[in-house]
Amino acid sequence: MRLAIKKRPGVCGAGHPQAEPGQDGAPGGRAPKQTCGRRGGKPARELGAMEKARPLWANPLQFVFACISYAVGLGNVWRFPYLCQMYGGGSFLVPYLIMLVVEGMPLLYLELAVGQRMRQGSIGAWRSISPYLSGVGVASVVVSFFLSMYYNVINAWAFWYLFHSFQDPLPWSHCPLNSNHTGYDEECELASSTQYFWYRKTLNISPSIQESGSVQWEPALCLVLAWLAVYLCILRGTASTGKVVYFTASLPYCVLIIYLVRGLTLHGATNGLAYMFTPKMEQLANPKAWINAATQIFFSLGLGFGSLIAFASYNEPSSNCQRHAVVVSLINSATSIFASVVTFSIYGFKATFNYESCLNKVILLLTNAFDLEDGFLTASNLEQVKGYLASTYPSQYNEVFPQIKNCSLEAELDTAVQGTGLAFIVYTEAIKNMEVSQLWSVLYFFMLLMLGIGSMLGNTAAILTPLTDSKAISRRLPKEAISGLLCLVSCVIGMVFTTEAGNYWFDIFNDYAATLSLLLIVLVEIGAVCYVYGLRRFASDLQAMTGRPLNWYWKVMWAGVSPLIIISLLLFYLSDYILTGTLRYQAWDASQGQLVTKDYPTYALVVIGLLVASSTMCIPLVALAAFILRCLKRGGGTTSEV
Amino acid sequence: MLWLLFFLVTAIHAELCQPDAKNAFKVRLSIKTALGDKAYVWDANEEYLFKAMIAFSMRKVPNRGTTDISHVLVCNVTQRVSFWFVVTDPSKNHTLPADEIQLAVRMNRNRINNAFSLNDQTLEFLKIPSTLAPPTDPSVPIWIIIFGVIFCIVIVAITLLVLSGIWQRRRKNKGPSEVDDVEDKCENTITIENGISSDSMDMKGWHINDTFMTEDERLTPL
Repeated sequence: MRLAIKKRPGVCGAGHPQAEPGQDGAPGGRAPKQTCGRRGGKPARELGAMEKARPLWANPLQFVFACISYAVGLGNVWRFPYLCQMYGGGSFLVPYLIMLVVEGMPLLYLELAVGQRMRQGSIGAWRSISPYLSGVGVASVVVSFFLSMYYNVINAWAFWYLFHSFQDPLPWSHCPLNSNHTGYDEECELASSTQYFWYRKTLNISPSIQESGSVQWEPALCLVLAWLAVYLCILRGTASTGKVVYFTASLPYCVLIIYLVRGLTLHGATNGLAYMFTPKMEQLANPKAWINAATQIFFSLGLGFGSLIAFASYNEPSSNCQRHAVVVSLINSATSIFASVVTFSIYGFKATFNYESCLNKVILLLTNAFDLEDGFLTASNLEQVKGYLASTYPSQYNEVFPQIKNCSLEAELDTAVQGTGLAFIVYTEAIKNMEVSQLWSVLYFFMLLMLGIGSMLGNTAAILTPLTDSKAISRRLPKEAISGLLCLVSCVIGMVFTTEAGNYWFDIFNDYAATLSLLLIVLVEIGAVCYVYGLRRFASDLQAMTGRPLNWYWKVMWAGVSPLIIISLLLFYLSDYILTGTLRYQAWDASQGQLVTKDYPTYALVVIGLLVASSTMCIPLVALAAFILRCLKRGGGTTSEV
Repeated sequence: MLWLLFFLVTAIHAELCQPDAKNAFKVRLSIKTALGDKAYVWDANEEYLFKAMIAFSMRKVPNRGTTDISHVLVCNVTQRVSFWFVVTDPSKNHTLPADEIQLAVRMNRNRINNAFSLNDQTLEFLKIPSTLAPPTDPSVPIWIIIFGVIFCIVIVAITLLVLSGIWQRRRKNKGPSEVDDVEDKCENTITIENGISSDSMDMKGWHINDTFMTEDERLTPL
């Protein structure tokens, strides 16, 4: 795969062509320089000799696709529809779009600009701004490492479901028989077949986080495969990543469009759509709606991980990152809204299906209890007949009455689910009722895989770019070995998530590894750029680099509005944690066939504390270390002079 | 006299076949649900067929080979369609034990269903559970096959990429040794400025003050 190395016209008017595609950061020997017969005040190295140290994206489209592929992830599919449903349907779009313009775009532009300007990964970039701030980069790398560890487990699960989609009938569409073949498995009867397949067959979940059980070999195999797939994509750095992101960015849209058409033609889809998009204006006054909108924008764009800085560092310095930032954030939000249309038509179908099954069960019950003619009771005359029966045969009716469920479409639609529950339980329940369910299942899990791998590419780039930038490591090991080592270590640690209690640890990582730390990291980032480096200096740098002056809007946002929003989010989260007291989690109870709430044991709380601390403490600790080193050097310098 | 006998027989029959009588089973049919437009009406002929199927099933039970249609009694037919039935012994005084009837029906459930174009859910014998079909487990789970295929593809692709990377690097290492000889003819000096080798300063951007980066090697502290 040939990298497109851009040649720069040299001082002597002749470019310095590269021999062949170079690897970044690991020059075999010293690059020969032509001095053209003069010692340079302007070093001859500007003649593109060091260009081979940094590969570039083959064209700007690859960069945009990489950012889209990274930002558009599973959160767009399984978090935004939930938020939309919880906070007023159509009216949630108002705070969402406002936060996009006020918080999302400025922060995204900031990260891309920093990366493009400093042309290094997160650690190097922040060290260039100030050596005391390289802790920000280190914190980003630590958070990215945590994220990549647990995020790939989702890809493993997607692989698992994908492989199981090639069966007829789908394995989650029916309950397995119990041991003596007289009925269905008890746990499956209490829950539903899709829940049973998820909790028992996929996770084999234990009743609590204390009982960790053993590593399940099936999800472990899928995890190994997931890491191998990620390794394959990042193996060659931007060369391979640049090609892969064409697929991971575009294929999910194809599947979403197919699903949109299919979803809208499903029976009952309009119920879901009407329910979702009916605006409940009173939710606009709910501060939680605004906070969740801000949080969703923040995390959906993937700010603070260092991935955006890493991607932008492979950009041409003159590329228009402002336009890219606006485009990427708009596409990300549009995808969220698009995905929620699809999700809600599927919801509507599922809810209508369940509602009609419930009605049919009631009809059957009454028909059998009163020996009415088969087919006499329908959904339309149900209430009438119920009244008639209640008055004519009161004693019999009272016997049957406790078993009659109140079927309600709203109650079915109200079951708001997010996260893995939505993706692996609710969607599969809807899919099993469609015709040709294998095809829809394969398409859906393939889309989940593309979304997940696209985000993983960004995560691993955030970790690998600083590592390959650092001379100490990249001189000793080639890029392939560094990536391989990272994948191996993450895979081995990720085996924790394939144990029987793995899903509980997954929830811990999902809820706590990134949330608080990222807010702090981005806050320090903005502060660093605006106040340590200097907003005016940064603006003039950008203008020199891209040739366009910085719009006043961005300056206002960076200096004032966005930091305020982040501070308020931080305060909200902290107060939320403090007020809730002890932290709780949802555990699956096999005997009841549903989730129960339990308290975390002490060691789990310790792990949570370590997760948050290990990334946030990097910032002050590294600053302190840099300060001490500087003092030592200065002390050493003065003594040597004397 | 004949009328008296007739009444006696029907009275005995009525006692034998009653809802919740001993050894009686309730049957429930949902013909409209199963067949929709093609549903047939439940009349005396269908009842006759049912009695025949039950008699047939009982004949398969050891020691009951002489069961006749007249031994099967049906009563309490409702609009649902549901009714109760019992099977009597040849003397028509006692009903046959429920176990035997259950065994007979379970053994021949498929034949009985097919006679009426119904299935286990639409022709229900209450209190006679139907045997659920065992799951068809293939010898090798399908998912492992697909997993194996994808796994092999990925491994092969990784190996190819890694190997091609190694070959390229080997070629490149042979390459510069020839270029270097040519370059030596030009003034290939390393510019040293202010005691800081330009080599150690990497190009990070257009306007960064690189000396800030390499302050560790600064000779004159500020």
